[in-house]
Amino acid sequence: MRPEINRSRTGAMAAVAAAAGLLSAACGSSSTSTANTASAPGVTATTVTIGSTQPLTGPAAPGYSEIAPAAKAYFDYVNAKGGVNGRKIVYTYLDDGYNPTTTAAQTRKLVLQDNVFAIFGALGTPTHLAVVNYLNSEKVPDLFVASGCNCWNSVSQYPETFGWQPNYTIEGKILGQYIAKNFPGKTVGIFAQGPNDEFGTDGILGVTDELSGGVVNLLPTPQYYTPTSAGAMAVGGAIAKLQAAGAQVIVSFSVPLFTAVAEASAAGLNYHPTFVVSNVGSDPATLSSILTGGALGTKLPAALITGMITDSYLPPVTDTANPWIALFQTIAKQYAPTLPWDGNVGYGIAEAYTFVQALKAAGQNPTRASIVAAVQNSHWTDGPGLTPYAFSATNHNGFTGAEMVQIGADGTLTALSGGVQVTDDTTSGAITPYSGTASTPPTSGIPSD
Amino acid sequence: MSAMRRSTLLRHGLFFIATALVLLALTSYVFDAFTNYNVTEVAVFAIAAAGLTLLTGISGQVSLGHGALMMIGAYTTSVLLTHYPDAPLILMLVGSITTSALTGAIVGIAGARLRGPYLAGATLALAVALPQVPTHFAALFGGNQGLPVTDPSPPAFLGGNFSPEQWLAWITLAAGVLTFFVLANLVRSSLGQRFRMVRDNEVAARLSGVDVARTQVLAYIISAACAGLAGSLFAYWATITSPTGFTLNLSLSLLTAVVIGGLGSLSGAVIGSFILVYLPVWTSGFASSLNLSSNVANNVPLAIYGIVLIVAILVFPRGIAGGVGSIVRGAARMVHSSRHRRALSAPETPLH
Repeated sequence: MRPEINRSRTGAMAAVAAAAGLLSAACGSSSTSTANTASAPGVTATTVTIGSTQPLTGPAAPGYSEIAPAAKAYFDYVNAKGGVNGRKIVYTYLDDGYNPTTTAAQTRKLVLQDNVFAIFGALGTPTHLAVVNYLNSEKVPDLFVASGCNCWNSVSQYPETFGWQPNYTIEGKILGQYIAKNFPGKTVGIFAQGPNDEFGTDGILGVTDELSGGVVNLLPTPQYYTPTSAGAMAVGGAIAKLQAAGAQVIVSFSVPLFTAVAEASAAGLNYHPTFVVSNVGSDPATLSSILTGGALGTKLPAALITGMITDSYLPPVTDTANPWIALFQTIAKQYAPTLPWDGNVGYGIAEAYTFVQALKAAGQNPTRASIVAAVQNSHWTDGPGLTPYAFSATNHNGFTGAEMVQIGADGTLTALSGGVQVTDDTTSGAITPYSGTASTPPTSGIPSD
Repeated sequence: MSAMRRSTLLRHGLFFIATALVLLALTSYVFDAFTNYNVTEVAVFAIAAAGLTLLTGISGQVSLGHGALMMIGAYTTSVLLTHYPDAPLILMLVGSITTSALTGAIVGIAGARLRGPYLAGATLALAVALPQVPTHFAALFGGNQGLPVTDPSPPAFLGGNFSPEQWLAWITLAAGVLTFFVLANLVRSSLGQRFRMVRDNEVAARLSGVDVARTQVLAYIISAACAGLAGSLFAYWATITSPTGFTLNLSLSLLTAVVIGGLGSLSGAVIGSFILVYLPVWTSGFASSLNLSSNVANNVPLAIYGIVLIVAILVFPRGIAGGVGSIVRGAARMVHSSRHRRALSAPETPLH
């Protein structure tokens, strides 16, 4: 019943010392002088174990279930090149079915049984909210939550927690600004996960901030869905209400399955508004596989998503000329050949890249405190995003900018006018064009020191 | 010895005190934090399953809606905690038991007119409908995202290093032992006798002077109180109370635990709950060791669960407790008959 972790301390230390001795003998050319030690829970001289909870099954699984295997592909790539400071990254991700109750149980398993060093890229707003207090009270680094909830940027309340993608308010503001500029006078409706779901409410906060000035006719009542199979059946009614209210543009804060259901419902009503969808619910390959694969009962044409507008904070995955995308695609082909190439896979690899940046910056013998300090203090200027990370001691947001893109007839993403816009998650914060240049990946594909 | 044979209460009392001491020793000296966390889950399900055993196995009423009754207990605790975060835990437990028992009374009164599949259908509707309520009254119940619950922190006198998992295990196991003690006595009491009479033959029960409807409603109330207690402890265990924790799946899982463990047997409720908690743990470990493509591996635990269900029902039609019981009785018979044969074949010693 009792795992040996944490228990037989002396035995473990002896084993570690022996392993460290072996390692230093094996890598005589190692540039560092001190030996690797078991410096923190989940860290040995040769491994770093990290964990994550992911929707491998359930209503959020379409698309999102590829993210963790993609991140693992990047870790395998790094491990094949010797790991980070001689340590291989062991990445354990568990299925929570997008069910907060299961997330709570699986996170206890990762922390108490698997003894992970940190939680990395745990996916979902409602799911992760169930464990964020626990992780912070146990002082487990909670890096790069795969959700754009504003709540991850609460430095005093959640000092261990960091976001990664632009949060939904930042995203909502950028989507809203685009709508205000390009659809003046049109009627705009909102379709969102909720009510009382931070994914929906944070996004609505940003959009409403940009659209409430009267430049468009913003419908006052958002239509909500709950991310369950019962909720999927109610989407048709919500879309019909938006149709009845005359919405010409629908802003959607939805996971891919529900974006697809909304699109299919609108088509079924012979209703063709312009969909402006949050990045998390708009990956073209995921949407077209849901539509054409018959997941919604009948096989539907992929052309339903043609013309959909969304935003991108990473280089668009279909832009294979971009050096980041080219690198990630090569890694995915070699280390995760069964995965399709889409935005979810790009996301997983990019996020894993950021984790390796953090682990390198945490020092030769990382501790839970040193990796948190590294993310706050490193101020990396390079990374896969279109803008640099905003991480600091007072800001736990990752990317804070994005460009608007549109899905073409062949499923490729094309940048719309306006370029990359940067903002913050306050309603007063201005949206400004990003003036910096995009970074390029190191030739090794691994972050430099 | 003869006093023990005569007094069920005394015998049960000694047995449950011994069980409590063994559990206290295990949780304190043998189990690590994660095992304590899992044992807490087993105890939560065992409490709810024991209530369902009383209802379905002993009084003969099917419920497909016990997850909903647990949900009422969990939400009672979570809503109370949102408004009174410093209130003592015992009040939360009592509050949850009360609301669930009241709901149980209403369901029981409605259900006393229904039999078999009709009762199953009505309780099924409860299990399907109730999880929709929090999303409609999102301001009170936190919508689909749910209400966060802070797990009870151990009292200071236990020391700073006392793990919250162990503390919650103590609380839950204490509640569990108490529940089983009460139910074990109840089953042996005259009320338990009336429950079984109603189950076996309503007409005969009525002719013997048993008020069938009242007995059935009473069984429902007691069973719902157990579910409410389990729901309250579930909220502390999960640290989140959201509708997704109380899907139809939960109600069916509880019924599965009761049937697999052994319908009508309290020890079966414990065995069934243990399987319910540990089978997914073992199967997911097994699935990830197979190196299958992720689409297949993700669904292997569900498939194994289904297979185990089918096999268990085929091999142990009376549940594991019943199966083990008959194996033990069979073995005892064999031992007895071989002794008997030996006694017969042994040379008779002359008496004179």
